[in-house]
Amino acid sequence: MVFQSLARPTDVKVPSDALMEVEHLTMRFGGLTAIDDLSFTARKKEITAIIGPNGAGKTTVFNCLTGFYKPTVGRLTLVHPQKGIHLLERMEGFRIAQQANVARTFQNIRLFPQMTVLENLIVAQHNALMKASAFSLAGLTFLPRYSSAEKEAVELAKYWLNKVGLYDRADWEAGNLPYGDQRRLEICRAMCIRPVLLCLDEPAAGLNPRESLQLNDLLLGIRESEGVGILLIEHDMSVVMEISDHIVVLDHGRKISDGTPEFVRNDPTVIKAYLGEEEDEELPTEVAQDLAGGAA
Amino acid sequence: MTVQVKDTSAATAPNVLFPALKEAFIASLLIVALGLPLLGLKADNQGPDLVLTKRWDLLGIAVAVMFVGRFVLAFLRGQKAARQGGLPQEKKKSGDNSIARLLNQNAKVLGLLGLLCAILMPFVIPDANARYVIFISTTFMIYIMLGWGLNIVVGLAGLLDLGYVAFYAVGAYSYALIATHFGWSFWICLPLAGLFAAFFGVVLGFPVLRLRGDYLAIVTLGFGEIIRVILINWGPVTGGPNGIGGIPAISFFGIEFSRGEGGFASDFGLEYSSMHKIIFLYFVILGMAVLTNLFTQRMRKLPAGRAWEALREDEIACRSLGINPTNIKLSAFALGAMFGGFAGSFFSVRAGFISPESFTFIESAVILAIVVLGGMGSQMGVVMAAALIVLLPETFRQFAEYRMLAFGVAMVLIMVWRPRGLLAFREPTIRLHPKDHQASVKEAA
Amino acid sequence: MAYFLQQLINGLTLGSIYGLIAIGYTMVYGIIGMINFAHGEIYMIGAFISVITFLVLGELGISYIPLALVVVLLCTMVLTGVWGWTVERIAYRPLRGSFRLAPLISAIGMSIALQNGVQVSQGARVKPIQPIIQGGLTLFHQGDFDVVVSYLQIFILVLTVALMIGFTWLITRTSLGRQQRACEQDRTMAGLVGVNVDRTISMTFVMGAVLASVAGLMVTLQYGVIDFYIGFLAGMKAFTAAVLGGIGSLPGAMLGGLLIGLIESFWSAYFTIEYKDVATFGILVLVLIFRPTGLLGKPEVEKV
Repeated sequence: MVFQSLARPTDVKVPSDALMEVEHLTMRFGGLTAIDDLSFTARKKEITAIIGPNGAGKTTVFNCLTGFYKPTVGRLTLVHPQKGIHLLERMEGFRIAQQANVARTFQNIRLFPQMTVLENLIVAQHNALMKASAFSLAGLTFLPRYSSAEKEAVELAKYWLNKVGLYDRADWEAGNLPYGDQRRLEICRAMCIRPVLLCLDEPAAGLNPRESLQLNDLLLGIRESEGVGILLIEHDMSVVMEISDHIVVLDHGRKISDGTPEFVRNDPTVIKAYLGEEEDEELPTEVAQDLAGGAA
Repeated sequence: MTVQVKDTSAATAPNVLFPALKEAFIASLLIVALGLPLLGLKADNQGPDLVLTKRWDLLGIAVAVMFVGRFVLAFLRGQKAARQGGLPQEKKKSGDNSIARLLNQNAKVLGLLGLLCAILMPFVIPDANARYVIFISTTFMIYIMLGWGLNIVVGLAGLLDLGYVAFYAVGAYSYALIATHFGWSFWICLPLAGLFAAFFGVVLGFPVLRLRGDYLAIVTLGFGEIIRVILINWGPVTGGPNGIGGIPAISFFGIEFSRGEGGFASDFGLEYSSMHKIIFLYFVILGMAVLTNLFTQRMRKLPAGRAWEALREDEIACRSLGINPTNIKLSAFALGAMFGGFAGSFFSVRAGFISPESFTFIESAVILAIVVLGGMGSQMGVVMAAALIVLLPETFRQFAEYRMLAFGVAMVLIMVWRPRGLLAFREPTIRLHPKDHQASVKEAA
Repeated sequence: MAYFLQQLINGLTLGSIYGLIAIGYTMVYGIIGMINFAHGEIYMIGAFISVITFLVLGELGISYIPLALVVVLLCTMVLTGVWGWTVERIAYRPLRGSFRLAPLISAIGMSIALQNGVQVSQGARVKPIQPIIQGGLTLFHQGDFDVVVSYLQIFILVLTVALMIGFTWLITRTSLGRQQRACEQDRTMAGLVGVNVDRTISMTFVMGAVLASVAGLMVTLQYGVIDFYIGFLAGMKAFTAAVLGGIGSLPGAMLGGLLIGLIESFWSAYFTIEYKDVATFGILVLVLIFRPTGLLGKPEVEKV
């Protein structure tokens, strides 16, 4: 109970439309500073993208947000529309998903490869089912309470399987799915915990252009119809520029720009970070086009 | 075209023989280096001294077997490669599992058939060797229970527990102590012993279950050994190396299996036979084993059971879904320990006597071998493996000292051949479509 | 005081033996991230090979002790090294990149097979051997208690120090050592820049086996009896030493070994000898819970 009151204070002030407020986040590994005094806000019902060159510390931000690392300094405030304020940096890893309803996916897909597609989605609803089965005790006795809860869980899984076109392959082993389907399944699995904030770590990596477009639709759909805020790490500018409402640019663990896609695209510091200090005409144009490309 | 094919085969023929000979020669040299001190020579005890016995014949046989075996293997492999025109071989995907599939998909039918045989068995065997057969079958059942218990921990939750025998010992000793000191009946002692074992599982598990997999393995290994050391040295309670004797026998729900008035035979109007008790115990263990099986099957379909398997697959993903890994691991560990404890009670009550000797690391290794041989997670596999491990040594008693050697070698070979076990096969805990639907989708794709 | 000093000397001797075995655990862990459960059996095999080599020398009539020691040392190191190589080749290499539990289980299988293989081929009875290095230096008397350093203990300590110097040179100065450290940091990358990863891993197993075999020889000389079961407990304790020192750290393994040796001899001297193994095990659990990185280990950052 002490723990709860620490993680869910009532006197923390955040902007009224904020979903996730990151303040002065700093993460050091020994002598290496991976993130240096980072602050930004992810707003409700918005897609916030974090971009930056390789090694800028993007995944480390995610790992702090979802409890895999304890930040060295900083406050991570999540404003849950129903349950109020949670201070994520004070919560044990798994509780961030369990209580604050923050879900995530991984850069290298982490499914349960030997379990079926459907089972992957049902495991994601573990906490709800655990409650319904009274920590499995009621489940053992074949009471109707558990079987109806399980039916509900299957319905939610069906809903998402239909959305991404995996319904027919629900009984396949997840590890046997093609790469693009595994990416989509991982997003569905994250949605099955009924999150308020969904953190996606490079969801478009390894997808072909057609699949990238489908991903855009899926993510926009999640924002519109589910009302879930999305935090996105992505290198594919066609995805980032197309769907983000708000972009945060990191370089060497520091925030160098923060604003709308339009603003970020024209920000000289961003161009400098991506292109390097010297004006070099050959390589940079490509990257510059890449940066601008998504909007075109 | 035909000429070309002939040419290649003619050119590769000598190329197959010489590499094979060379490979066989190197392998034989290796055997000489390995076997020279340990196989070719023997430090024989002679009174207080050691004398050197030379066994060059043994070493020679080993070298010859290695040379021939390796040569044939390399030769066949070379020929096959030559036939495929020198193209690199396609790697086969972890063996053919059609037998595993067949056995596991018909597990229900096979299980019921097996159960029927097990129930009828005591009534149909000839009296002459009934006692012996039932004795062996009871041992068999105890090992099945142990295997199914450890299967929860290793096969489902993916936690390598090398000290499972500790819980077996805790169960056996708590049963023995409660029964001898308080004189409570079997039906009270049995659950108590199971609970004690589960309690020990939680106490040990709580600090160590957050550790990485291989740390857990070595800590449990140590724990198994420590329990044995304590059993040996804590004389006043455990009877030290002599163990505990005079453990009360099982009763028929309060009615003793004794001769004369008030005994089981006279109450039920039967002629007294010492077999009644043994057969009853056999049925009780059979019942418990069936219960264990049903329990595990049901658990797999419950959230906790699904979380066990998810945890085995990817712990980090589990945490990102809000699953508390420590609690889930603890539940698997405690349940596994509880079944170990039940099996321990049966061991106690059957023998009427227990000592630390029965609870060595070897015992843990045997139980682990049952799970691994059978195929991690496969209920059917455990039964097959338990039969192999309990019944084979009974038939080949003269090779008893090679038993553990064979276990060890088998464990290595099976891991190399089929890393998830011989009969490993996973049936989904829930399906959206009927079984044949899956096949049609696969064909379409 | 005198008693204390004597225990210190005994503890250091014992600790050297544990340390030598612990290095094998730590090196293998460093390079393939796995506990080599069969390592204790390699040490046991080393002890058997040294006993048998002594017997062979006795039969050949070589009685000049320094020569005999050198011959036995070399034979034991080479032949046990071959065993180490074989174990890796059979039980671990085919399983690289396989199901997570598979190499662990195959290691257990290997350990059981080696233990029982030696039991079958050499017999289950303990093998006693005549003391080879006798006598010692009496440091001082206190009352009727002599503090003695036996020549054997001096031999063990000197040999350990010499091996440590040679080994440090091997790791830090030679090409093999560089390859080994490169594989430890990033196996894929090392492979890409031309390091033969399989060969390097094999050599790591051989190095570990060689050091363990020397420990086997030392135990044979120190206690004069061995049996096929000694690998289990010694392996357990050496592993504890490796964890205590910080698994993956070579100096840590030696330090851990010395500490475990000292703890064990003081525990036996001042508390109950029956529970000395329990004490070591208790330390293992405590270290794992409160400081899993050990004394000299680097903190492990979880890769997500």
